[in-house]
Amino acid sequence: MNSEELTVKKIRDGTVIDHIPGGQALNVLRILGITGEEGHTVAIMINAQSRKLGKKDIVKIEGRELVSGEVDRIALIAPEATINLVKNYRVARKTKVKLPDEIKGLLKCTNPNCISNKPREPVTPSFRVVSRTPTLLVCEYCGTYITYDEVAAQYTLPG
Amino acid sequence: MLKGRDVISILDFTRSELEKIFREALKMERVQKLERPLLKDRLLATAFFEPSTRTRLSFETAMHRLGGSVIGFSESEGTSLAKGENLADTVRMLDAYADVVVIRHRIEGAAKLAAEVADVPVINGGDGSKHHPTQAMVDLYTIWRELGRIDGLHIALTGDLRYGRAASSLMYALTKFRPKKVSLISPASLKPRKEIMDFISGTKLKFSDEEDLKEIIGDLDVLYVTRIQKERFPDPAEYEKVKGSYRVDPELLSDAKKSLIIMHPLPKVDEIDLQVDETPFARYFQQAAYAVPVRMALLALLLGKAM
Repeated sequence: MNSEELTVKKIRDGTVIDHIPGGQALNVLRILGITGEEGHTVAIMINAQSRKLGKKDIVKIEGRELVSGEVDRIALIAPEATINLVKNYRVARKTKVKLPDEIKGLLKCTNPNCISNKPREPVTPSFRVVSRTPTLLVCEYCGTYITYDEVAAQYTLPG
Repeated sequence: MLKGRDVISILDFTRSELEKIFREALKMERVQKLERPLLKDRLLATAFFEPSTRTRLSFETAMHRLGGSVIGFSESEGTSLAKGENLADTVRMLDAYADVVVIRHRIEGAAKLAAEVADVPVINGGDGSKHHPTQAMVDLYTIWRELGRIDGLHIALTGDLRYGRAASSLMYALTKFRPKKVSLISPASLKPRKEIMDFISGTKLKFSDEEDLKEIIGDLDVLYVTRIQKERFPDPAEYEKVKGSYRVDPELLSDAKKSLIIMHPLPKVDEIDLQVDETPFARYFQQAAYAVPVRMALLALLLGKAM
């Protein structure tokens, strides 16, 4: 752990998500459905200096582990993130998120004329990864490109 | 193996599969009347949610020529879609009735959804603005048939390369072959979509953006013209300014090779001077005629009844 991370206290058991692009920490919490009402202790650092990302966010959640669907969703807005599972103050497992080759159901296509946006059709929006850095996805139904900013916008709380 | 396949995008086909369709189409062309109707007792359903003249009629003609029958509709009016039925339910019904379904729809990805829902082969008769795979097959066949090859040719596409599904599909289709060069000539607002340009950039296809048709006309083997729709221009003055630069007339053709062929997916309006229709360059009516043997070949192959 570097000194930036020590700005907030270490957690005993839980998850530390590091290398989130600067400004996306609240969106990560939103993806995880953490509103604060669940009772977990949550520490957030926004816009810490990072050699790799310029600015990065860090999220620490006491008493909460992630499941694999959540990891995939985090990869959508934080494709460089590392997820540290902490047990008894130590990193028990460190994993780098990886955007799956196929993403089903987690995003909406930005093309309003795409069949996957028709609510009365039995269709799950599906995307293939064109590029990982920067994130670029393509809709399996209509071929429209979805950029990182468009992905992030879908997970951003309305101001 | 083409039997039982869906035809959603031209990219789903390999070069050798396309060449198999061409060889089969050539046989179909030579058979005016089948002694033994290949598709007797087979039923084609045409689900045209958007108007079409050539695509629908050539599919129907192809099916009749092979001894099969056709059911279907050519607009949503009068079907239960007008009552609010969704696409998937309509397709499930056609799937139960017919042996093969052709669908045309305004919404992008409609054909892919139909193929997911139906067990029988689904053919995309055009959806959204990118895919019209059977038109691409007809276009490739026309070049192959008229000039004997596709490889090594200089092919130019002009007009609306952005919203026209025939042009988009042909650009995808040409990546399966090795033309000498593909030149793309269109007004700035009608240039091909980024998705298509990115895709062809990742293939071995040699292509270039050209400004002026006059400069390259002398080197062309194939000139593929598409219609520029007035509705695409918010300012009518802009349309008037642009349309002349993409018009094909005898003066432009005075510099062309004798063997040049001019194609057009039709309908054409005034992008080709009527005098050109009478010249040996004009092959668009032949191209429209080839739609029948190509679609006969495709239907026969999909239903496992090739000659």
